[in-house]
Amino acid sequence: MSDSGAKSGPEPSERTTIGITFGNSNSSIAYLVDDKPEVIANEDGDRQIPTILSYVDGEEYYGQQAKNFLVRNPQNTVAYFRDFLGKEFKAIDPTHNHASSHPQESGETVSFTIKDKAGEEEAASTLAVSEVATRYLRRLVSAATEYLGKKVTSAVITIPTNFNDKQKAALVAAAAAADLEVLQLISEPVAAVLAYDARPEAKIEDKVIVVAELGGTRSDVAVVASRGGMYTVLATVHDYEFAGVALDKVLMDHFAKDFMKKNSGAADPRENARNLAKLRLEAEATKRALSLGANASFSVESLADGIDFASTINRLRYETIARAVFEGLNRLVESAVKKAGLDVLDVDEVILSGGTSHTPRIAANLGNIFPQKTRILAPATDVTAINPSELQARGAALQASLIQDYEAEDIDQSTHAAVTTVPHVANAIGVISLNEAGEEVFVPVVQPETAVPARRTVHVSAPNGGDVLIKVVEGNTHIKVTKPEPKVKEDESKAAKVEDADDSDEDDSDFSDEEEEEEKREKVWKIGSTLAEAALKGVKKGGKVEVSITVGSDLSVIVTAREVGGKGGVRGTLTSA
Amino acid sequence: MEATVIPLPLPALPEGWEAENNFKAIGKITQEGATQRTLEPVGPYFLAHARRARHKRTFSEDDRIQAQERAKKVEDNDEGEISEPEDAMMLQRDAKDWKSQDHYKVLGLSKYRHKATEEQIKRAHRKKVLKHHPDKKAAAGRADDDNFFKCIQKATEVLLDPTKRRQFDSVDEEADVEPPTKKQLVKGNFYKLWSHVFKSEARFSKEHPVPTFGDDKSTKEDVENFYNFWYNFDSWRSFEYLDEDVPDDNENRDQKRHMERKNANARKKKKAEDNTRLRKLLDDCSAGDERIKRFRQEASAAKNKKRFEREAAEKQAAEDARLKKEAEEKAAKEAEEKAKTDREANKKAKDAAKNAVKKNKRVLRGSIKDANYFAEGDASAATIDSVLGDVELVQANIDPDEIAALAAKLNGLTVAGEIKGVWKEEVERLVAAGKLKEGEGKSLVA
Repeated sequence: MSDSGAKSGPEPSERTTIGITFGNSNSSIAYLVDDKPEVIANEDGDRQIPTILSYVDGEEYYGQQAKNFLVRNPQNTVAYFRDFLGKEFKAIDPTHNHASSHPQESGETVSFTIKDKAGEEEAASTLAVSEVATRYLRRLVSAATEYLGKKVTSAVITIPTNFNDKQKAALVAAAAAADLEVLQLISEPVAAVLAYDARPEAKIEDKVIVVAELGGTRSDVAVVASRGGMYTVLATVHDYEFAGVALDKVLMDHFAKDFMKKNSGAADPRENARNLAKLRLEAEATKRALSLGANASFSVESLADGIDFASTINRLRYETIARAVFEGLNRLVESAVKKAGLDVLDVDEVILSGGTSHTPRIAANLGNIFPQKTRILAPATDVTAINPSELQARGAALQASLIQDYEAEDIDQSTHAAVTTVPHVANAIGVISLNEAGEEVFVPVVQPETAVPARRTVHVSAPNGGDVLIKVVEGNTHIKVTKPEPKVKEDESKAAKVEDADDSDEDDSDFSDEEEEEEKREKVWKIGSTLAEAALKGVKKGGKVEVSITVGSDLSVIVTAREVGGKGGVRGTLTSA
Repeated sequence: MEATVIPLPLPALPEGWEAENNFKAIGKITQEGATQRTLEPVGPYFLAHARRARHKRTFSEDDRIQAQERAKKVEDNDEGEISEPEDAMMLQRDAKDWKSQDHYKVLGLSKYRHKATEEQIKRAHRKKVLKHHPDKKAAAGRADDDNFFKCIQKATEVLLDPTKRRQFDSVDEEADVEPPTKKQLVKGNFYKLWSHVFKSEARFSKEHPVPTFGDDKSTKEDVENFYNFWYNFDSWRSFEYLDEDVPDDNENRDQKRHMERKNANARKKKKAEDNTRLRKLLDDCSAGDERIKRFRQEASAAKNKKRFEREAAEKQAAEDARLKKEAEEKAAKEAEEKAKTDREANKKAKDAAKNAVKKNKRVLRGSIKDANYFAEGDASAATIDSVLGDVELVQANIDPDEIAALAAKLNGLTVAGEIKGVWKEEVERLVAAGKLKEGEGKSLVA
């Protein structure tokens, strides 16, 4: 999936690699400093660089400067072009380009007509979208090169999960034209997960993560199974309605109406393209301010008819008028979980990524959908959360540093379908242990949707010592719904879940919730078919038994059990056929 | 992944549970539900997976290989560590006396010396500073104890400045290797001992690489190359470091100039001394170098070889001639002797033949006499004469062999008829052979 067709890149030892997030609205570049990814600020000091190019008198501007030209020079400004790469004209959605240069059909691809040369009589040139991307990437690379003081040669670029091969090839070709070797294209949600997992304090465990990427023009949600640090995307949903611009739109409408109310007889600023551009720019700034503070001001000079306008808005009001968008995002996330065939109770973590994730209400809303134990990783809900705008670039930079020492051919081979496509076990595999009531309960060792080959080890206590039975079984989850019976305290022991602590948390939340929930939903493991039995004799009192289950790539199972600190043990193999 | 700890206990083994090796395989993993999915090729754990998949390693194999690789890395990191015990005397040094201090030792780099890299120096400096910073001493209750710290700073200043470092290295006696003494050389190890000396001297070379001293097996070319290089050694060694202090500008200008001149002369002198030293070193070394002797011998041996060959050829030729002459002489002598014996033998044979002829003639005559001269009764003198005359005639006309044959025929015969018959036959034969004329010997025939 890497640079097929591109010219052979530099030697691994001579590479300088960065991670690039090439977004539809904003892009970022990141670099690894002392094993810690850092997002690089460009010459203007921006870490989120608007993916916009603008030409004024033959001078090229990019980023925030170009964005400002959307007001005065919209026809020579190209914005929101990333999604057009490798697509035909009839397949693109030009809605967002209304306020900037309009995309045109040119053969198999899309192009823009821009006056990119100085001089009055100079004819406007037609730039294919790939050329625009090349020019923009060149600016990003030069910004990184200036920052690092070394020529940047190679990069890992993030792409949405629904990029097809043609789009990938177009992006790689555009990068190659900008003299940039693409080491690998990685999908955005996984880059975000990697950014979190690479933190030194992060523990690698088996978990299900929902990555909500809330961008400017699109929202993508992916359900990722993280199994021992390996990621499998279980389901993705994409949405182009509920995204950052929808929130801008809400604010624009709000302030436009406010303006007209305050200035009776004044024209609607939304009628005029230039006024609309001013309105949009300021609305976006206000939206950002509302993510940080409870109040934000809005002021535009000469908004319409030469009348200056200034106003303020508080967060509550904003959240009320933007409710439809927020609810849309909720539904989007829920649909993704459903599409993956999971329940919200199965989700261990929700990662919010992308600029729109700064909005506190969105994070809070997601917190309400998911059970209490699910961690919502967004700035509003978790102080340790990484800046959601930087997640993807960080992930890309981490991946870039991991693979920069490999030959391009090695990377190709390692990302080949023969290596990446592997069977995933359908049911959990675990051992039987006893809960407080002496009942047999299932303890998962290998979680469902674990890619094989996989090896997992657990330490099970054997407080009484003596001879113990290790019964390896398959297990399934089902959602147990309990009608609440007031007065009767929830029977904790009935919860056949492993994490007692989490259980009690959940119970607490049930009671503390203001709205009385009608029912209590729990995830319960059901014991399935028995795979094997093994006996370990003469375990010391208070000892621990280490059970290791290795599932081979052909779905054969090797079970080993031994006493922790002891010698010998039991080992057995289950063939797959 | 680390093992998860499950606090819930395992069930006890039921009564009567028996299985071979304490393991009973019962079921199989559900196959239908196992889906083929695509892993995201991202992150360190995926790379580990890809590594295992591509090299077909199992988990434990991969763990082992990775552990080995990690262990090696740690070792590499350790290599540059500076940990030398600090001499108590050194810690007492006065920073003002920096010229005489061993900068490498101060930084704990005495085993690297001129080989220490800049990075090693920087790291060593950092390490020493962390240990000896005056603030730390102050914290321990010893205020104003920054003497050794100053030493460290001075050492770093000298060693991190390439010019100053060269000046110091030039006079760094600790790095010198003394030439081996005769006593040492007696024990052997000639090549090893001298190569250490030249390795140490090589640090002053402007040209690199410096040819190595080699060993017993070095070729003639290498050895020549080595001595040529060293006899034309281009050294950067200089002796500014040992200069006496030049007074400041504000003091007497003449005094200053005098000092500068003095220093320049001292440097020149030391440099010349150093060159002489090196030359002597080389002379000593080459004098004891077995290789040179061997090569010289080999060379002279090659030169003499031709002469030897020519001489040998001459010698051979003379010998050959002598032998030939001897052989010839011997042959001549033999021939002479043979001729002599032959002559004597001939003479004897002739005498014998003569005697035989005489004897035969006597037989012939005797036979005639026995036959009574072919006469009946007493033979007349005339008859006797004619018969004897004919016998003489026959004898004269036949050769000794025939005389012998005739004598053999006649010998033993006493009957006159028989004798006559023989004579008649002989005369007829001689007439037939034309040796006798018709009519001659008729006395014998009649």
